[in-house]
Formats: sequence, structure tokens, C-alpha cells
Amino acid sequence: MKKYDAIIVGAGHNGLTNAAYLAKAGLDVLVVEKNEYIGGAAVTREMHDGWFYSSCSYVCSMMRQTIHRDLNLTKHGLVLVPYLGTVVFADNGDTMASYHSEEAEYNQLRRRSPHDADAMFRFQTDLGRYAQLIRKTLLRTPPNPTSFKPRDIRELLWLAKEFWSLGEKELYEYIRFFTMSAADFLDDYFEDDLIKAAMASPGVIGTALGVYSPGSAYILLHHVMGDVDGNVGAWGLARGGMGAISNAIAGALQEHGGEIRTNAGVDKIVVKNGKATGVVLDNGDELHSNIVVSNMDAKRTFTQCMDKNDLPAGIYEKAKNFKIRGSSGKVNIALSGLPKFNNVADNRYINRGGQGFVGSMETMERAYDCWKHGRWSEDPFIESVIPSAWDPTVAPPGQHWMSNFVQYCPPQLADGPWTSEKRDAFGQTVVNKLERYSPGFKDLIVHMEVRTPHDIEAEIGLTEGNIFQGELTIDQLLFNRPFPGYAQYRMPIKNMYMCGSSTHPGGGVSSACGANAAREILMDLKRPNTVPEDDFYDE
Amino acid sequence: MNSMPDVTDPFAGERLKESPFHPRQAALNLRDAWSSWNGYKFADYYYDEEYEYFCIRNSCATYDICPMQKYILSGPDAEAMLNRMVTRDITKLKENRVTYVCWCTDEGRLIDDGTIFKLGADRFLLTCGSPSLAWLRKSAFGFNQLHITDMSDDIAALSLQGPTSCEVLKKMGLQGIENLKPFCISHFPFAGSEDTPLMVSRTGFTGDLGYELWISPDLALEFWDALYRAGENYGIQPYGESATNMARLEAGFIMPGMEFNEALKTIHFQYDQTPFELSLDWLVDFKKPHFNGRNALLKERDQGAEYTLVKLDIEGNKPAEESFLYADEDCSKEIGYVTSAMWSPVVKANIALAMVKTSALKSTIWAEIYYSKELRHHSKVAKCTLQKKPFWAPERARATPPAAF
Repeated sequence: MKKYDAIIVGAGHNGLTNAAYLAKAGLDVLVVEKNEYIGGAAVTREMHDGWFYSSCSYVCSMMRQTIHRDLNLTKHGLVLVPYLGTVVFADNGDTMASYHSEEAEYNQLRRRSPHDADAMFRFQTDLGRYAQLIRKTLLRTPPNPTSFKPRDIRELLWLAKEFWSLGEKELYEYIRFFTMSAADFLDDYFEDDLIKAAMASPGVIGTALGVYSPGSAYILLHHVMGDVDGNVGAWGLARGGMGAISNAIAGALQEHGGEIRTNAGVDKIVVKNGKATGVVLDNGDELHSNIVVSNMDAKRTFTQCMDKNDLPAGIYEKAKNFKIRGSSGKVNIALSGLPKFNNVADNRYINRGGQGFVGSMETMERAYDCWKHGRWSEDPFIESVIPSAWDPTVAPPGQHWMSNFVQYCPPQLADGPWTSEKRDAFGQTVVNKLERYSPGFKDLIVHMEVRTPHDIEAEIGLTEGNIFQGELTIDQLLFNRPFPGYAQYRMPIKNMYMCGSSTHPGGGVSSACGANAAREILMDLKRPNTVPEDDFYDE
Repeated sequence: MNSMPDVTDPFAGERLKESPFHPRQAALNLRDAWSSWNGYKFADYYYDEEYEYFCIRNSCATYDICPMQKYILSGPDAEAMLNRMVTRDITKLKENRVTYVCWCTDEGRLIDDGTIFKLGADRFLLTCGSPSLAWLRKSAFGFNQLHITDMSDDIAALSLQGPTSCEVLKKMGLQGIENLKPFCISHFPFAGSEDTPLMVSRTGFTGDLGYELWISPDLALEFWDALYRAGENYGIQPYGESATNMARLEAGFIMPGMEFNEALKTIHFQYDQTPFELSLDWLVDFKKPHFNGRNALLKERDQGAEYTLVKLDIEGNKPAEESFLYADEDCSKEIGYVTSAMWSPVVKANIALAMVKTSALKSTIWAEIYYSKELRHHSKVAKCTLQKKPFWAPERARATPPAAF
């Protein structure tokens, strides 16, 4: 019976990254994937003739450039293209475009509020300062604060030094920032409601929190700390859709001799004598390996793919209580033409990038109220992008596909299980809202794919359809992610690791979790490290 | 022609010329980012240099090459004269083909590079970056059956580059354009005429799929409108000097004023370059009859060039602009200098072209990089790796027919 050096469960981008680095170190690795396609949530699928949807994740800013370069992902077909221009829409019909020129942006903010135009400089600077610190931790393993190992002490000291370098005042601010709501944080800078709503929306994306919930300020930061080619805060599209990222990493993996098996869902991670020894597939086949790396989320890994009796006391409960609430749906729409929106100039640079249907702070909070009561929002917050306006490869020329990320949408409904009728009704809610801002929108629809959190879990395996594999709140970040004591990618079972977004640094298509886990695994195996150390910290 | 300045505009004499495409380009130059080239007002960028660069790599974009110098050389002696002037063997060039050439002084120092289009048996178009009429006349000495016409202001031209460029031309109705091979020329009807006033060559300066489109200036605006109508759903966008410079560096192409100092404009002894120093050995053909600079170049070939232009992949993400290069990490032994450097967004690599002492090519190369962070200057030393191939050379640039995108 063949025995692999490592089996990685789940061919999402982090699983593939992890496998690529292990394979690069000379390990015999196998990635098993339950779906017939790879990529997990970073996937492109032709859902309608000529239309290629990035069905789940749709934009990218966290992808570590150093990994892109190190794995030579460009050679494997990956081109990341920054996209410009987002317009936000207020309930009262007002719109505000984000211009690519700082001066134009300033003039525009001034027209809304001279105060806020000035405050934006301080806001961006403060965010930049906070982001800079977090960015430096992305490709580092979090230290264990209770450990006396030299490496943990060294890393803790490094972290302390980085915090101290903010200066005393900012240190206090930073600690406050981690526990604040996006609304409170923004109140310190802005007075205009639409500006606040626009800035607050990244604070709730993918999270079962509202703009007034403590903790949402950090999530805001998580969404603006990425960059494209050093332009912090910029967002990019993968040419050919998000699947291009996964496919390129898979290309690198295969170049280093790694193997991928699709249609191979894992029923159980096998543990013998307290050690992981392989996996049993859905079809009953048992595969053997020296180590097992789970790219599934923490909850799914421990509560669904492991025998409770194999786990040390308390782990099952920790996993069960891991906060991974689904809050968002996704509606992918094929359009026969470019939609025109009310009160948006025919400016080719801004009218085809992104649309943020934020409404107001109040509207976003009310949308969250629906979620709390087990209903989808009647007037949801929608973040849309029309990738086909930038990427010629994802829809027929002159036709478009629009990605709509919708909040809020609960994984379980108060009035009973999700049905296809309810899913259609949810989709209709979204289309109705878009029609309100873009009369004639409905007539452009060629095809539509509606995905509730329930569908996302069923298809991708993300528990509750949570896009981050676990919420990004301070209780689940850094050395607390996924659980205190297990933040260094090693799991309570010997020879078992985790490499998905349930681990540090969390959600987003960054490849960082997978790379960090590979570094730890190679260290345990006493193999030379293949994971790049330079993450271009000095910026 | 009246050489007296227009007195109604007291500054008329100082204003730059406008390209035939100017009205359209000016409307799209939202940033008013103008510089100049050969007396023409010329865009550095229109909206954003990186955006325009990505149009070249992701969709398609146009670059105004009207200011480029264009000369028609015709007559029975045209081929012989050009063959005497440039280092490459022009007699091998077939009709409706284009070739990249360079020409040198008697001392073998590079005057300029450019392209020669063979339009007919004794009719050639020479294009180059700097005005060259005087040198052409000098080079024509002894070739009597030859006409040299400066067409620089009489041919309008746009370079259309990027993965959707072929689709756009198809959409414009250029039948069979997909079968045009790299460095080939084809002619098409335009504006309802049966004539073929539109010349298309599959050439460019970006290393990507692309075409250069040549037309009479009086048709320029009509042509622009047709092209932009066809390109509307293919992401068409004008690009300027900044994006060109990024794309050409990724392709490994040299630029006057960056990699080489034109010999006729070089004051200091041997501050100009030879083709060997610029790694243009493949352009020098010693098998053909005598050409300008042959003896000097033969000597250099045998002795070896003092410097060699190389491609570098540099650690980190700080562009090594104007860096010195060293053979040691302590930066005590200087071996060369960087001529162009950038972070390549498409390759995600820190790339550069550099002149390195040929004798030092075998050693490890270190770059001393200066950069500044919120006004404070910093420096770092980064390891460089020699790269043989161009940083960016997609399959589509060579494929015929090219893939749709």
C-alpha cells in the first residue's frame, strides 16, 4: 500500500499552496478534493455558455506577492489586474464614486463635506499605520504567549517591539481599535452618512456582525490592508477569474511532482495510537500518509471528519463553539449588456468597476436585524463587481457578468430549511434592489446563479457558508486562531496540521495560511524551509 | 512654407506640434500629463500609467507613434544603401516584411535602432526614434539612384498592443488579419474605399501581441473613431510613454536615453555603446558586404566588449533605479550600473536592465538600492540573478492565428 509523505484535505488555494511548498521540499504529497474541480472558493466555473463565474470569492488583494513570485505563478497562467472605480449608492439616490486620482477624490469628498475631505487624510494614515503592523505578521507564525521556547519568546518580543514602535498614544488607540465597532471608529473621523456607510461596509463583509457591533473595525482593516503591486488598499481581479489563482498554484504543485485527486471527499481522518495516519475517502478507500493536513475549516475538521474519541478532551467543544457563522449570499448574474445606474456619469473608469449598495448606516444595521431573526435582509447591502468590464476572458464581448455579494443571508432560516423556492426568492430580492438603482436591469439578465450560505456550505464545505473559515474577531485572531494553544498550525493529534483560513492570518485569498503551515511542517520534519521569508515588510 | 511665427499667438513659436490624433487623445488625457517627443505634444499617460500598462497586458491599448521618424527610401539603390548603413543583412528581407535593425558610426558605436519595412523591391520605410535625415543623406553618398523622403509628418500611425488587439481589428473588418504573422505587413481598404490606405504591420514595442497601424493623416480621426468603436467592448485605451516604458522593459527592449546614448549625441569618449555591449550581437552580420562600423565591430567581437547589457531579477521589491552594481555584498568592487528598473506587476518580480563589466558576469551581482520612505532615505543591498529570456514573452505574441484573448 502506497504511503504518502503528506495528504492535504481540500484543494482550495491554501491547501494547494501548502502542498506546493511541501512538494517543493521534496515531499511526496497528495491533495484530495471532494468536488470534481479544484480551487474551493477560489474557483472559476462556466455556469452558462460563454460566461465564466468566479462563483464564490471574486476579487483579491491579499495574495502574497512573494508567494506569487516564488512559485512562479505567472508562468502558470496567473495575471492579477487591479480594477478601478467603485460607486456607492445611498438610499436617497445619491451616489459617490471613488476616483483614482487623489486630487479628484478630495474634490469630490469636499463637495459632500469639507470636514470629511480633510479627515480622510487622517483616516487613511491611521488605517495605514494599523495595516502596516498586521501586514508584517501575515507570513509569520503567531507566537504562543504561554510558551518558553526561544522561538516563541523571540517572536513575542518582535511583536511587542512592533507594537511599541507605534508610540504610546497609538498603542492605546490600536487596542481600542481591535474591539471597536466600525461605526464608532468612523464617528471619530466623519460626519457624512454616505461616506461613513461606504467606509463601514468592509467592516461587516463576510461577518455576522453589524456596523454597530464591536469587532467590526478590525474587519474593516482586514479588507483594506491588502495591496496590488504595493498599492495598499487596491483590489485586483485574477485574469480568467479567481480559479486562475488556484489553477496556477496547482500548476506549481504539479511542477514539483505533487498529485491532486478530485472527486475524493474525505469521510474521516484516521488516527491510530494518537497519530494521524491517513484518511478514509467517501468511497471507503483508505489512503496512508505520514502526516495529514486539513485545509477544511476548524469546525468541519474536528466535528465532522474526526472521531470525537480520537481527540484530547476539550477540542471537540472548542471546535463546536468555533465562531463561523454564515452571513452572506452570492448572486452571479450573466447580463446581455452593461447595466446603467441612476446618477452615475458615463465615465468608463468608474461606471464599470464596483458598485456598493450601502444605503446608509441605518439601512445596513436594519439588514443585519433581519439576519438576527433568521431571515434574509429585505433591503440588503450588496457589493457588486462587473469583472467582465475589465477581464475580456470571462464573458462574450459586449456582454457581462456581475458578481453580487449580498449581506445578510442566514445559513438557517427561522421558518424552516432552505428550499429552492426560498433561494429563488432571495435572488429576487437582490434583483429587485438592483433594478431600483438600474431601471431595465432585469431585462439584461441572461442567466443567474443564486447561492445562499446553505448552498456554499453544501458545495464548498465552508461551515455555514462563512467565507473566512471562521470570523475575524479578536477572540479568533493571531495566537487565538483557530483555538488558543493551537495557532501554530499543529493540531492536538500528532502528525496532523491545519492550513486553511481557520488559521492565522485568516480569510482572504492570500496563500499565507497554507505557506505558514508548510514552514511549520518542514520544521518538524527537519527539512530545509522552502517558504519565502521576505514578505516585503519594509514598505 | 512660411517660417514666420504666427503673431496672433505670441507664444505660437514655442508651442508643440499636435499629432493628427491629438483631438481624440486630448479628450481622454484626464490628467493633462503631457510631455514631448520630436517636437510633438506627447502623453506621459492619460489616466493612470499602471492602468494603461495593464490594458497592454490584459485587453488592448493604443500608443501614438506619429512623432516617430519615418523615411521612405526608394530607387534601385535603396536596398544597397540601407545594407551599407545598417549592421543586418537587408538583402534577406522579403517584401511586406519588417526587420529590426541598428546602425553605427565608423567606430562601431550605436547611432540608433529602428525598423525597416520592405514595401516593394526598391521601396523601403525606415522608422526610428530620433531625427536621422542628416545621417541618411551622409550614408547615401555614392548611391545616386535613390530618393530619401522624410515622411514623419505625412504618415499617421498608432500602435495597437495587447491580447485583444487582433479581435479588435477583426471586428473593424480587417479580413484575414488573424493570419498576419509577426513582422509581416498587410494592406486593407478603409473608409469605404477600394484602395488600401491602411497598412498594418504585426510589430510593436511591448513584447505582447500587437500591431502597428499606418494611415494618411487626413484619415487619422476617422480611423481613430472606427478603431475605438471596434474596441469598445475589448477594453481599448490610449497609453503613453510611462506604460510603454514598463512594457518594453519587461520585453527586454532597449530605449535610447536609457540603455544607450546615441553616438552622434555623445560628447565623452566611448560613453556611447556598441551593439555587442547592448547584447545586440544577433543584429550584426559579418557575412554580408561591407557596412558602416564593420572593422571596429570585428575588432570588438574578437576582443570582447567591455560591458554587456544583461537582464536582472533582483531580490525584494524595491526597484533598483540608478543603482550601482557590485561583485560583493560589501559593495567594494564596482562592476556596473542599472540602466532601467521596475517592479513588474505582471511577473511579480523586481526587474532591471543593467550594464555589467563582461569580465564580472560570472560573479554574484549585488545592487545597492536607494529608496525613500516618507522623506527619509534608505539603502539596501540586494542579490541579483541573471536572466536569459525576456521577463515577459507570452505565447500569443508569436502565435498565428493568436488566441482570441
